[in-house]
Amino acid sequence: MNKVKDKWGFRPETSNTLDLDKTDIDWYRRIVEKIPGLQSCIFCGSCVSTCTVNRDGMSFREMHLLLRRGEVQKLEKLVAPCLLCGKCALVCPRNIDTRSVIYNLKILMYAPV
Amino acid sequence: MHLSDHPLFVWPFMAGVVFLAVYLPLIYGKWLKKTSYNHFKILLVNFFSTETLAAIREVITESLLHLRIFRFNKKLGYMHMSLAFGWFLLIVVGKFETMLFTHDGLNQFYLPIFFKYFYPDGIPQTFKGVFFLTIMDLLLIFILSGLVLAWLKRFRSKMLGMKRTTRHIFPDRIALTFLWFIFPCRWFAESVTAGLAGTGGFFTLYSGKALASFLPLEYLFDPAWWAYSIALGGFFIALPFSRYMHIFTEVGLIFLKHWGLKTGDRENGYADFEINACSRCGICTNVCQLSADAGINHSQAVYFLRDLRYDRPSPEVTENCFLCGRCSQACPVDIGIDYLRLKQRKEEVNGAAAPYPWSLPAVRQNRSTDVLYFAGCMSHLTPGIMQSTKEVLKKAGIRYSVLDEEGGICCGRPAMQAGFADQAKAVIEATTRMIHQSGAHLLLVTCPICYKVFDEEYHLNIPVMHHSVYFNNLLHEKPELFSKSNLRMSYHDPCDLGRGSGIYMQPRETLSRIGRLVPVAHEKDDSLCCGGSLANLAITPARRSLVTDAAYSNLAASSPDYIVTSCPLCKKTFSKGNREIPVIDISEALEMSIIKGTSSGEVLKVKSGKQTVALPEA
Repeated sequence: MNKVKDKWGFRPETSNTLDLDKTDIDWYRRIVEKIPGLQSCIFCGSCVSTCTVNRDGMSFREMHLLLRRGEVQKLEKLVAPCLLCGKCALVCPRNIDTRSVIYNLKILMYAPV
Repeated sequence: MHLSDHPLFVWPFMAGVVFLAVYLPLIYGKWLKKTSYNHFKILLVNFFSTETLAAIREVITESLLHLRIFRFNKKLGYMHMSLAFGWFLLIVVGKFETMLFTHDGLNQFYLPIFFKYFYPDGIPQTFKGVFFLTIMDLLLIFILSGLVLAWLKRFRSKMLGMKRTTRHIFPDRIALTFLWFIFPCRWFAESVTAGLAGTGGFFTLYSGKALASFLPLEYLFDPAWWAYSIALGGFFIALPFSRYMHIFTEVGLIFLKHWGLKTGDRENGYADFEINACSRCGICTNVCQLSADAGINHSQAVYFLRDLRYDRPSPEVTENCFLCGRCSQACPVDIGIDYLRLKQRKEEVNGAAAPYPWSLPAVRQNRSTDVLYFAGCMSHLTPGIMQSTKEVLKKAGIRYSVLDEEGGICCGRPAMQAGFADQAKAVIEATTRMIHQSGAHLLLVTCPICYKVFDEEYHLNIPVMHHSVYFNNLLHEKPELFSKSNLRMSYHDPCDLGRGSGIYMQPRETLSRIGRLVPVAHEKDDSLCCGGSLANLAITPARRSLVTDAAYSNLAASSPDYIVTSCPLCKKTFSKGNREIPVIDISEALEMSIIKGTSSGEVLKVKSGKQTVALPEA
């Protein structure tokens, strides 16, 4: 690999491929059960652009993607800064209750029943 | 005295009374045991004060007369009053009646209750004797008329001003059935007695004679009194497990409230009194917009409190509420419903969600700043409000700076409403530091959500003002800056500003000075929630918009030129969807009135966006 880098000045990134048969999308299923509207997300990023705590690492779009891919261990740093102000839900063109998604995710993460 | 001295039929009644006399002190003692030493001291101090008299007064007006329910609906008030006050008088006057016969204040405990059984024909032909007979019969008619209304309410609730009544649970049904039988049984027993003796009050004597014409009364005498006693005893035994627990608990609650215990404080037992003092009258379900507009009928205050009493409410019930405060406002028992709900949310989240090191904007200390403007998340989302506010401040020559010009953090209230108290606390601490660093003399906020939390949870060393109040003061100081127009405006009270903070008059005064304020059907403490409230964590967007539409049509009914609010979230919520009448913030209305002083109203068309408004001459 280093040889490649020496020669070309760059090298391919490590693979992001996921085995979808093995990923754990239990959380995604639970969230979608409560907020079915999430499935209509078009990943436009309006939520991220209006977010107050985006500069602290919150990104609804990225969070949603990771949730779908079952990479739940990466979710915490994305969800933790959220203060549930709800602007993302107000600007969502698909009228998804994004705030509810984060709230329920926080519950799953911190206070599982 | 021996057991056999008492007739057998009084025992069901006596069993009920003994049960209550043992059970109620035990359970109240258990709740009060939670009171801390400090709270107990407060209780003791207030015990020897005029607060006790105030409490007695409230017990009479609310527990007996039910004046607050009269304000909601007169027939409903009469129904509650006739049962509570009527029954109370029946016992008290009955006591005096028995004293007339026994000349002994300490006569048998059950004597006033079953008086006619023991003295069926011993009526002295004196003024006093006839007087008591008449009064007791009048009281019985009073209660029975209320009972008829109660039956009507069960089957035709609309006749008593209730769009819907509370759904009952099993213990309620049992207690209710006994209660419904008590007074008809008493009437029947007294009528049978009067019919047999041939003497009695005007009401029972005639009903007795009517019964005697077709019934063998001598066989019915004992069964009738037995039935009355069983109905009473059954009701008393079912009472602590049903909604009728409120009868005694409400009295305790009123005294504790006046003696200084605070609402929502579970640690001192007050919450237990609150939860059990709910009579499930269902008035909260009638004012709740969720049931009126959105078809949600399971999470109202009455059901939340009921679940809290018997078991833990499901998260969905706790979360599905705007916390708009309409139910707390209407509650005849004055239960702090919103506080209890918040408390439950906190418990659900269980201190989870660690505080996060948010990055805060740098604060430049500016000695020449008088006013520090905190826009908050929602005003950032509606930049028109920020611009107008700044414009008005500039025109008025006020030295100001904006705390979160380049983005700030949230005020903490949304997280608090969701139950994440620790997270909110961290934000509050950080923002407090920022505000104190700025060196300003006044904090100005354009968002009622922020205002409420700044006012209640932040302990700042400078005063906080909502812009609707601040601009009203400005209007008094510099009236020459603003001009009056003929524009008709209806005002929408944001929940957190109106019911939440008690600010109703200042924005109205402002609007009536710069335009013409038109009244709407639901306003001030009866105002409707816009449906955008951040406090509801469970409602779907589609149902939310149903609430919004209903609130909008309330404001648009008098077809004003503008709907004015003083909350960015209300404005944003109303602006979703195609609205005929533009919804603007009070700062925008003020900015218009400043600029309009010189122009013919061209500016107005620009401000209201795509909509063109017919502009009457100023």
